[in-house]
Amino acid sequence: MRSLIDLPARRASSDNVSPAHDSAIGHVTGRASYIDDLSEPSGLLHLAIGLSTRASAGLASLALDAVRRAPGVVEVLTAADIPGHNEVGAVYPGDPLLAEGEVRYAGQALFAVVATSLRAARQAIALASVEYVDRPPSLDPVEAIRQGLTVLPEHVQCRATPAPLDRTGVLADDNGTSEQRHAGPDGNWRQALDAAPHHVEGEQFIGGQEHFYLEGQIALAEPWEDDGLRILTSSQHPSEVQKLVAEVLGLPLHRIVAEVRRMGGGFGGKESQAAALGALAALAAWRTGRAVKFRMPRETDMRFTGKRHPFHNRYRIGFDDDGLIHGAEIELIGDCGHSPDLSEGVVDRAMFHADNAYYLGSARVIGHRAMTHTASNTAFRGFGGPQGMMPIENALDDIARRLGLDPLDVRKRNLYAPGRDETHYGQRIEQHLIQSLVEQLERDSDYRTRRERIRQYNAASPVVKRGLALTPVKFGISFTAAHLNQAGALVRIYTDGSVLANHGGTEMGQGLHTKVCQVVARELGLPLELVRISATRTDKVPNTSPTAASSGADLNAMAAREAALTLRSRLYAFAAKRHALAPDSLALADGELRATTLEGESFRLDWAALVQQAYMARVALFAEGHYSTPKIGYDKRAARGRPFYYFAYGAAVSEVEIDSLSGEYRVVRADILHDVGESLNPAIDLGQVEGGYIQGLGWLTSEELKWNAEGQLTTVNPSTYKIPAFDDAPIDFRVALLEGHPNSEATIYRSKAVGEPPFMLAISAWAALRDAISSIGGYRLNPRLDTPATPERVLFACQAMRESDPAKTSRVAVQAQP
Amino acid sequence: MTEFRISRRQMLALGASATAGAVASVAAPGAGANADSRPREAVGLLPTSNVSLEINGRAVVLQVDNRTTLLDALREQLRLTGTKKGCDQGQCGACTVLLDGRRINACLTLAVMHEGASITTIEGLGTPDQLHPLQAAFVKHDGFQCGYCTPGQICSAVGALDEIERGVPSFASTDPAIAPQVTAAEIRERMSGNLCRCGAYPNIVAAIIETSEA
Repeated sequence: MRSLIDLPARRASSDNVSPAHDSAIGHVTGRASYIDDLSEPSGLLHLAIGLSTRASAGLASLALDAVRRAPGVVEVLTAADIPGHNEVGAVYPGDPLLAEGEVRYAGQALFAVVATSLRAARQAIALASVEYVDRPPSLDPVEAIRQGLTVLPEHVQCRATPAPLDRTGVLADDNGTSEQRHAGPDGNWRQALDAAPHHVEGEQFIGGQEHFYLEGQIALAEPWEDDGLRILTSSQHPSEVQKLVAEVLGLPLHRIVAEVRRMGGGFGGKESQAAALGALAALAAWRTGRAVKFRMPRETDMRFTGKRHPFHNRYRIGFDDDGLIHGAEIELIGDCGHSPDLSEGVVDRAMFHADNAYYLGSARVIGHRAMTHTASNTAFRGFGGPQGMMPIENALDDIARRLGLDPLDVRKRNLYAPGRDETHYGQRIEQHLIQSLVEQLERDSDYRTRRERIRQYNAASPVVKRGLALTPVKFGISFTAAHLNQAGALVRIYTDGSVLANHGGTEMGQGLHTKVCQVVARELGLPLELVRISATRTDKVPNTSPTAASSGADLNAMAAREAALTLRSRLYAFAAKRHALAPDSLALADGELRATTLEGESFRLDWAALVQQAYMARVALFAEGHYSTPKIGYDKRAARGRPFYYFAYGAAVSEVEIDSLSGEYRVVRADILHDVGESLNPAIDLGQVEGGYIQGLGWLTSEELKWNAEGQLTTVNPSTYKIPAFDDAPIDFRVALLEGHPNSEATIYRSKAVGEPPFMLAISAWAALRDAISSIGGYRLNPRLDTPATPERVLFACQAMRESDPAKTSRVAVQAQP
Repeated sequence: MTEFRISRRQMLALGASATAGAVASVAAPGAGANADSRPREAVGLLPTSNVSLEINGRAVVLQVDNRTTLLDALREQLRLTGTKKGCDQGQCGACTVLLDGRRINACLTLAVMHEGASITTIEGLGTPDQLHPLQAAFVKHDGFQCGYCTPGQICSAVGALDEIERGVPSFASTDPAIAPQVTAAEIRERMSGNLCRCGAYPNIVAAIIETSEA
């Protein structure tokens, strides 16, 4: 009799510590397919959308007859053709799939053309005739707040007293408006702030950021069994694509399958905003009965989809002679674009990170959600956290220069520490890593010596100036929408011993599938090559959360581990009974079962043989796992709680060199020390840290979004929108992971999330630019440096510094320069 | 030359019915198509050309709409989808291939311009069982994250190392009279046309330098 399956000879075990990305060979040989690379279904149609050219207008008429008559056109779709809801808003309504009656941003989709070729679809678009009734657009978020134009209400976090344990007078029972709150029992916060010996105040504009995923947004929908649809989507949130497609078509969710194998980058841009593409392709497939692919030209992608929120921030900080902060008032205005999208969470997260790594004393943080007539801004790595950290980092440099201290000393003095360990929203810092991490980086980067050397250099160099800065990062890990902190997984063992896993997370290059495979392989004692992950599919694991908030591995690897542990228990129970093994002696390792028999003899059984025996004995060889993050909860009404399971830490020292006559600069060196707990895969984590820093550097330096007076985006392709290239990365780049500090919480193998936190390490480069500029004024003046700090902005800041007379202004120039 | 003697208006109309490549199977309209959506073969007036190319060592003859970029010819006609379309305007480098050994943005050149040329794409550099040294080095050094720019990076790196070997100076070369060396500064400069949004640049530079030393 044949065995169940002929088993191949076992290959040597691979490197299980830092294995390469599971698609590594596919990527370097060009065989790893993205949606646009797949064999096309026969009769495939292509979709293109017509965009609004107006930022705010009534839609008087939309004449599409010429479009319908154009060669190759099969179908033209407008809002009237949508059988279900014309709505693809992620959390709140406000994002119509196709415009209906009005347009709310230049770039909004008015109609869709479905044609036999991509060229035909795109060319037919131009034949449409649209009549608008223009309305004055809202394009200035500060003015929008003044006029009460918001997408969602403001939120206030307030702590009345600096004593960490004293909760009296905090917003415990407040139902009133924010104005009433401020006059209420927590009014003490202002007294404490006002009573501080010194103050700095200022404002800053923090620019947005285009995701510029190299693989543009794309979806391919095809009719499927039983009047259903299958959607291949480049989305970080396939369950939401499934849900919104179902709602647009008025179908139950079980008729729709959304599938993601991999994305060519996501960075948050494919969290909520991939849904519109999936829904349009699905609508077209539904109407035509044929497969439909929708991929936009880069320019359309950049006009149509939202970006990182630009922020206008104001701050007023009270401090003493040592630079210790006594109180803070921080106001954050997020430019949300025309609709809520994910802006509730984005502005909340900005507020949660207004302290960055510092104890603020009495603090009030207010976050506004301004409505402007631009594309709806959305998730982007850090999710508001980076923008929220900028005021306090700005202020700490201001304080240091005001007092004539080294900014690092002021920063270190204000870091969270035992006794000064409660955030302004009431979460206690439990793992005190940041002090020692900063000190280690200060030593490793040779900060003090370099600081001295740079001061000497600048004193002797009239034009070229150097700057140095160390900034820390403390980043909260968990979705602030508590229900999203769950994940599911499905693990199957086939009769040859190979293992297939699915989980709710998506792969966008961050190595999530690799990490999950490692976890399953470890729990089953298998070489990594025996474990594989196929695509993320809503019919394998349902109701998944977006792969976002850095939580992919934290959540999904835990769920996969649960499933693997269930299978392991079943196999142990089976083997113990079958082979009379001591129950406590069983272990799966190196591809075999090891145990001691009840007689005390050593026992070994090859993994595949074990699996085959278990199958013949009718043991279920598949299991699901589910995980939900413990301990978390935030009471939004009270503005207090524990939104984050834990914090990830890091710090960076950046050194820059600027030409003060041209504004051009480069980052000559960056040193990073970053905390990932017990790393699941150090090679992948290092890549995330380096890449995060570089992407953050782009956000703060070169990536400038510009809109014209009509609200049309003018930076719509990479010739005018500049993401970092090779030569923009630090010339000397020294990156290390913090060792010997496992996560104090029971995360997967005590690791920490790594996707977003390193992004904010780049704030050190921006602070170093300010440092270099301030050297022109003898380190006594504080330049205003909005972001992105393009060479133009740096040049203007240098000029402003030269035009100021340090002797006259050194004592008062704490406020931003114009 | 009769195929070019058509009016501008006709040209636009014809263009609207043309697929980007010459994939005839895509052009068959299904139910609901109107009368004007005939496949362009039926129209019979398209300016097409035959072009002979050697692609990854194999001779091919393509019939292409003259406006077809080399990138679309590779991806849509030959199904060589390892070469990616990132921006379609020569700014991102994801479509880099080797044309007679030199690197080129395949989105910025037309297929008909390269009669007789030899083209190497990522598929022609190596296979999973027999990786090109640069491909192996990219794996070893994690020279990618999402992988979308990777084929272009590798093709560009092959071209860049060859340029250095041939003594072609770059902006980073200190003295044009001295043969350039494989340094980090040279690699960063020469690779500056290939964007990586994941920021894997340090690892890519390490992979290229190590390959050159092998």
